[in-house]
This record gives sequence, C-alpha cells and structure tokens, in this order.
Amino acid sequence: MTERKPWWPLFYLLPLLSLTGCSGWQSALDVHGQSAISLKHLIVLIVAVCSLIWALVMIALIFALWRRRGDNALPFRRDPARERRMTISVASAVAVSVIIIVVFTLASFTTTRALNVAGSDDFIIKIRGLQWWWDVEYPGSAPSERFQTANEIHIPVGRNVRFQLEGIDVIHSFWVPSLAGKQDLIPGRPNELTIRAERPGVYRGQCAEFCGMQHAHMALFVIADEPSVFEEWLRVQRAPVASSSDAEVLAGQRVFLSKPCAACHMIRGTAATGTTGPDLTHVGGRKYIAAGLLETTRGSFAAWIADPQTLKPGNNMPMVPLDPEELRSVSAYLASLK
Amino acid sequence: MIVDTNENNDRRDVDLDRPSLEAVLAHTWKTPAGLWGAMATVDHKIIGRRYIVTAFVFLALGGVLAILMRIQLAQPEARLLGPDRYNQIFTMHGANMMFLFAVPVMEAMAVYLVPLMVGTRNIAFPRLNAFSYWMYLAGGGLLWVAFALDMGPDVGWFAYVPLSGPQYAAGKRADIWAQMITFTEVSALAVSVEIVVTVLKQRAPGMSLDRIPLFVWSMLVTSFIVIMAMPAIMIASTSLILDRLIGTHFFNPAEGGDVLLWQHLFWFFGHPEVYIIFLPAVGMVSTLVATFARRPVFGYLALVMALIATAILAFGLWVHHMFVTGLPRLGESFFTASSMAIAIPAGIQIFCWLATLWDGKPIFKTPLLFVIGFMFTFVIGGLSGVMVASVPFDTQVHDTYFVVAHFHYVLIGGAVFPLLGAAYYWFPKITGRMMSERLGRWSFWLIFVGFNLTFFPMHILGLQGMPRRVYTYQPDMPWHGLNLFVSGSALILTAGFLVFFVDAIRSAWQGEPAGDNPWDAPTLEWATSSPPLSYNFVFIPVVEGSNPLWERRDTLAVGGGLRTDRRELIITTVGAAETEAREASPRNSIWPFWTAVTTSVMLIWSIFSPWAVVWGSIPVAIALIGWFWPDGTPEDDS
Repeated sequence: MTERKPWWPLFYLLPLLSLTGCSGWQSALDVHGQSAISLKHLIVLIVAVCSLIWALVMIALIFALWRRRGDNALPFRRDPARERRMTISVASAVAVSVIIIVVFTLASFTTTRALNVAGSDDFIIKIRGLQWWWDVEYPGSAPSERFQTANEIHIPVGRNVRFQLEGIDVIHSFWVPSLAGKQDLIPGRPNELTIRAERPGVYRGQCAEFCGMQHAHMALFVIADEPSVFEEWLRVQRAPVASSSDAEVLAGQRVFLSKPCAACHMIRGTAATGTTGPDLTHVGGRKYIAAGLLETTRGSFAAWIADPQTLKPGNNMPMVPLDPEELRSVSAYLASLK
Repeated sequence: MIVDTNENNDRRDVDLDRPSLEAVLAHTWKTPAGLWGAMATVDHKIIGRRYIVTAFVFLALGGVLAILMRIQLAQPEARLLGPDRYNQIFTMHGANMMFLFAVPVMEAMAVYLVPLMVGTRNIAFPRLNAFSYWMYLAGGGLLWVAFALDMGPDVGWFAYVPLSGPQYAAGKRADIWAQMITFTEVSALAVSVEIVVTVLKQRAPGMSLDRIPLFVWSMLVTSFIVIMAMPAIMIASTSLILDRLIGTHFFNPAEGGDVLLWQHLFWFFGHPEVYIIFLPAVGMVSTLVATFARRPVFGYLALVMALIATAILAFGLWVHHMFVTGLPRLGESFFTASSMAIAIPAGIQIFCWLATLWDGKPIFKTPLLFVIGFMFTFVIGGLSGVMVASVPFDTQVHDTYFVVAHFHYVLIGGAVFPLLGAAYYWFPKITGRMMSERLGRWSFWLIFVGFNLTFFPMHILGLQGMPRRVYTYQPDMPWHGLNLFVSGSALILTAGFLVFFVDAIRSAWQGEPAGDNPWDAPTLEWATSSPPLSYNFVFIPVVEGSNPLWERRDTLAVGGGLRTDRRELIITTVGAAETEAREASPRNSIWPFWTAVTTSVMLIWSIFSPWAVVWGSIPVAIALIGWFWPDGTPEDDS
C-alpha cells in the first residue's frame, strides 16, 4: 500500500513553484512594498527549510517502515545496544530541531526589526474601519488641506506612509498583502502601520478580521503614484466639487439633495453633509464603489442605488425608492464627481 | 491480598468458584434492561459508548456544513448561501467541531478506555460521568435546535467582541453560542476530574507511574489542561452573556471595558484547547505504534516528558493568535519564542515513533495506515505551525486560508487520523467485532488523498491573499481555479468518511467476532472479554511491567479480596500503585439525569432572563439532594 506514496513529496513542491510566480494584485507573494518584500524573503526561507525537514522526516519514515516488515511477528524485547544507538539518533535529531528553531526565531526578530518603523517625516493618513467600508482621512498640515475619502487610498511612491488605524464599530483588519502585513483596527485601541510602496501600482486589500455580514465585500485599494502625480491628486481632492452646467447632472444633484441620500453622505461644496456613509465628493474618480464591489460606471451607480440590499445584503444603505428618471440623473451626477 | 479488618460476614471473590463469582458480579454491576435502566446507568462503558457515538454524529453533521461551504465557495459570487446563512454555517462548523466533536470524542474514548487500561471496574465518580454525558447532549442539542430555527450563532467560533456584543449581535444567536460553551465545558471539566482521580487512585496494583500506558498518561495530562484552561472560557462566555443580558460592560470600551480582554481570555483557553485535542491523539499514536511495530514504544520517559512539557508550554503561547492586534514588540517576541519552542516536544514525539517503527517489524493493518497518514500530515501541520509562530510571517497569513489549511492539518492530520486509527483499533474491544480491513483501506486512502488535495491548496490560497470567513469572493480575484479544485477534492474526503461510517455501522452487527485480543496488544483492556463485562475484570489484574500482556503471555497475575455483593474497587497509591483500600463504587441512579435536565433548563432559561438563575436553581438543588441522598450502606453513611 505504501508503494503509492513516493509521488506525494512532489505535491509538496507546489508552493515552491507558486512562490516563484506572480499571483495577482492582492498577494503576499507578489510584493511591491518595502515591508512585504522583507516578509516574502522570510516566508521563502522558512518554507524552504520546513519543506526540507518534512522531506527528511518522510524519507526516515519510509525507511523505517520498509526495513523489516513483520508478518504477525511476536512482540519482542529491547536490545540494549540498539536502544543506545537509537537514543543517540533521536537525541541528535532533537538537537538539530532546537538549532533550527533558534535560527527561525532569530530570523523572525531580524525581519521585524527591518520592517518600517514610524519616523517624524512620515506622510500620515487616518483610516477608520466601519461595517463594511473604509473611511480615509488625509489630515494635512492646515485645515484647508484636510479632506476625507473612502475605500481608495493614494500614496506617494518611495515615501514612508503612516496609517493611523481606528476601529469604529467592530474589529476590522487592514491588509494590503502586496505592500505589508496586516494590522487590526480595534475599537478603543488605536494602532499604526507604516508602509512604503517601492513601485507605482494599484494594490488591492481586504478586511482580514471577520466583521459580520459583508466581511467578504470590504475591499480597499492603495494606489501608489509618483510624487508629482500624487500631488496633483491631492490638489483635486482638496477642492470641493466643481459646478456643472449639464442639465442631467444638475437634475441628479437636485435628486441627491432632496432625497435621504444627503443625510448620510457628504459632498463638499453642496448641502449634502451627512457623515454616516462614505464621503462622495470625488466618488466618480474612484476605481470602485461599495468597497470594491463594482467598478465605477454610471451603470454601477444605478444598479447600486436601485437595490443595494441585493448586491450587498445586510449593508447599511437603505433602498431609496426613485423613479427611473431620478435614478438615471442621480447616477449621472455621481459619475460626474471626478 | 487485601486484608479485611472490619467485616467478616461478606462474600469475597476468592471465596467463590469461578461460575458463581461471575454470576454474582454480573448481578452486582448490571445495568437493568429498558429505558429506565439506560438512563440510570453509571457504567463507564455504556456512557463512553454513548459519548463516542454522539460525538461521531456531530462529526457527520459538521461535515455536512463543511460540504455546504465548499459548494458555495466553488464559484465566485455564488448564490447558494447568502451571507447570513453562510456566517451561521461556518460558525456552527467551527463550534460544533471543536466543542461537540473534537474535545468530547477524546474525553469519550478516555471514559471508555481509561478504566479498562488501568485495570479497574468503573471510572471514579460514575454518577458525575452520567451527568456529564447528559449535559453534553443537552448543549449539543441546544446548538443544533437553535440552528434549525435560524437562531444559530453567526459570530465565528471565537465570537470576538464587539461583533458578538449587545450592540452588533441582535437576537439570541450569540447567547446560544455562549451558553453552549457552558454546557460543554461543564461536561469536559466533569470528565477530566474523573480521569484524574481514576488514573491517580484506581490503577491496578503494581501499575506504578512508569508503567502507565501512554494513552492513559496523555489523558491524565490532557485532563489537567482542561481543568486549568476551561475556567477561562467559562468566565469569558459568562461575562459576554452578562454584557448582553444585564448590561455589564466587561468588553465595552466606551464604558471602561476592553475589547482585547475577550481575546486574551478566549485564547488563554483556546490555545490549550488545541493540545486538549492533540495530546490524546499522541497517546493513541503511541499505543498503535507499539502494537503494530511489535515492540514497546521507544523513549517512554521522553514521551511522557514531552506530554508534560507540551502541557506547560500550551499555557504560554496564546498571544500568537493576537499577533496583529498591536501588542508591544517585546511581548510578541516572547510569544514567538514560546510558540516555536513547542515544536521541540512535538519533534521528540515524532522521532521516538520513527525509532519505534525503525526498530520494530511493522504490520500494515488499517490502524497503522492511519498512523502513517498522521505522520505525513501532522508534520506538515506542525511545520506550518512553526511558520505562523513567527510574528512577521504571521502578519501576512493570519486570518487567511493559510491558517485554515494549517489548523486542519493539525486537527484532522494530528487528531482525526489517530482517532480513526484508534477507532479501527479499539472497535473490536468495544463491540466484540472486527471492522473490515478491506473497507478500512478504502476509507484510509480516500480520506488521506482527499484530505491532502482539499487542504494543501489552501496554503497557497492564503498566500495569494484570500481571507478566511468570507462567504464569497469576486470573479476578478485569482482564486477561482484552486477553490474549485478544493471543493472537488472535498468530495473525495467525504467519500472516505462515508466508507468509514458504513464500515463501522455494518461491522457492529456483521463484523467477524474479535476475540479478547485480536491485535495481540500489550495493555490491560485486552485482558478481558470483547466487549468487556459490566464489571470489566473478574479479578483485578496485578501489573508487573509496562506491557503486561506481552510480558506474561499465558496467564496474568491477579489479586482478590474484593466484596462481591456490592460494587467495590481497589484504591492504590499515587506513585507505586500499592494497594491502599477497598472503596465502594456508586450504584446506578436516575438523579444525575434529573440534575442534568434541571441544570439545562436553568442555563437555557438564563439566556432569556436573569431570574432563571434564581428560580431555576431550586429544581437543581432538589435533584442534587436526590443524587446525594444517603442510601444505607455503612460506608456511604459515614
């Protein structure tokens, strides 16, 4: 029966193969942040050594089973000489294990030290986790520089960015694996996480601590830009919405302000000043809406507003009854908020 | 061999000839037929069998939940289960497998086997034992009935606050979870106390500490872990109920409570819990390896020390479940070191078993196949445990499918494989019939292949960024292929378990008759008939070595002098197991059942009203008075 065994060790090589490959925009193996790169080195080291240990144990097991197979043999007593040799073998194996454990522990300490630490020059961004979206605040150095956005975080490449993480309702966990390891957002216990993106790109993240009904749909995006692009983005975001002359957009704005929408959402530069839901000031310029659920298009806005409870059951946005004309114009309005 | 000092008119076992002795003992120890007799029995074998069967039923139910989850996750954005139902299902799966299957099934094996393996006639505190089973059944019933009524808990098996607190978990779902904990912990604590006393005081004469079978050692150590770990979770779950029911603020940061306190209390129990499940499996593997390698296990002392070392370290590494909560770095370093260190006793165990097999002449029966499967998978689980013990490594894989893979390798690979091997091994003792060797091989290969194909790819999914406890994922994530593969493989695993269940049920009626010692095993449970008689042993064995049935292959030394007209067993000293006294063992009683019923009413009622604790305690008190009512024997009255 054990003849079938030997091909199994090949199976264990699978992770090694996948470690070499690129595997997407939310992966601990496809790394573009300083922390995540160090972490990947540690992961590869430990996985490689552990695979080797496993292979050695399995070889020992197969030899042990194969050496002398008995057929209803009588139980036998121990031979002191053999016992002594076995004691030495087992003791040496234990000694080697101790050494490996110590090496792993030291490697782990060293990696922790090498991760980003908070500095005085960090760019600071506040992140609040809510059921089931991310509130993002750029504090700025002056009140006019301060603004809020949601679910999409822009950062400059090559600079340390310190996220101040705050749990508002339940525990969430901020995790963008391509940039860094995760950190919890715990009510009553502010945390921090410093990261540095080494390359421009869009990195997906997702809440990693179970937080209720829509834990599965609580994604966020970190967009790392060259500093000049990032400064331009900041300038746009700080400004309130520009007024439009498009008739449909204006109609949509009237719908937004006259319906319950404005009670929960903020659109700077208008009378919409709600703070329960995500800030929508420049929502049309974000890549996704509803915490990564839908790509931002007019159609997505319409689908989401028409029936948020079917798309994301249990979320806190109620269905607001709108006639088709209202739905069309409010979608056009939101899409125009670049 | 026991000198009688105060009574001379009783009949002793040595005064009777063999047939009349057996008849008298059968009368004294019998469980009357019928429902009433079944409910009043305190026979550890009947209760143990009940416990084992119930635990396996919960295994099957939990497996059905797992299949539902795998069907849901086979496709992105699948609509088979909505988020509300899915969250109930994964919570039920975890809570059921941990609290209603894994821990109880190990306790159950111990309830059945430990008294036989130490050579006594019943477990210590047999009425408490009966009570513990009814409490376990009521707790399991509570959870599953609530689930059937769409009131199943949906906050995860570790029920983190504030999500499980009064503000975010409306209704009674979280309370059901918390109170189910109370039921199962009461029953686990009761069994642990029984095991400790049985092992320390009721061993057969001559079974000194260095001759205790390793499974018994593992259960002794496990029982101490239970006694020290479980109070933490009972405090936690009770505080949660208080927060939810009467507005205390243990876990409410706005009122000076602390969210992380829950995690500390939970994991102070939750990590030792892993060893509560794993150490009995270590004992089973040690037993099976010796029997099937045809030699005494190598490194007995090292294995016992490894058990104890694991138990001590188990209490020093709960924080590794909290590495991403933002703890001080020095603390994290300490818990990294302690978590890594626990790999050393695990390594000692693996090396000792390898040495035993190396020096032995292994016989490849189904139980040994499961041991080999255990070695293959548990070493992977142990090594991935070393990985997550490293704080920086853990920040990437914590709460992802990597961890799901890791703990299934540890719990299924490390505990269920040995348990299934143990089931094949002890089935003949419990039922008197052998399980099928052919179906055994089928079930082993299906489970082994199915398990690895199901859970191994989850490591990769985790590293690719898939978080756990998500009811779905989006089509633009690169996880679809592996998820489909995993779901397909889960069907192979299911088929393996089905073969096992079919084999067990079929063999219980139609299996080959087993005989007393079908495996030619060395420990005392094989010295009596299969299934054992109600009084376990006609004469209490006298132990002269660590492998009694191998050292004396024809006849076993026995001692006599026990009374036959009432239930009596031998009490021995803790260290050398020298005879100390004769002790009466309680008779059957219906009162443990009524105590469990009244306690259950009180506990379930208290989910809804704090007054339940006041009024509900009155019937409990009445039932306890019935339980402890003196029944006229001089020793019980004194």
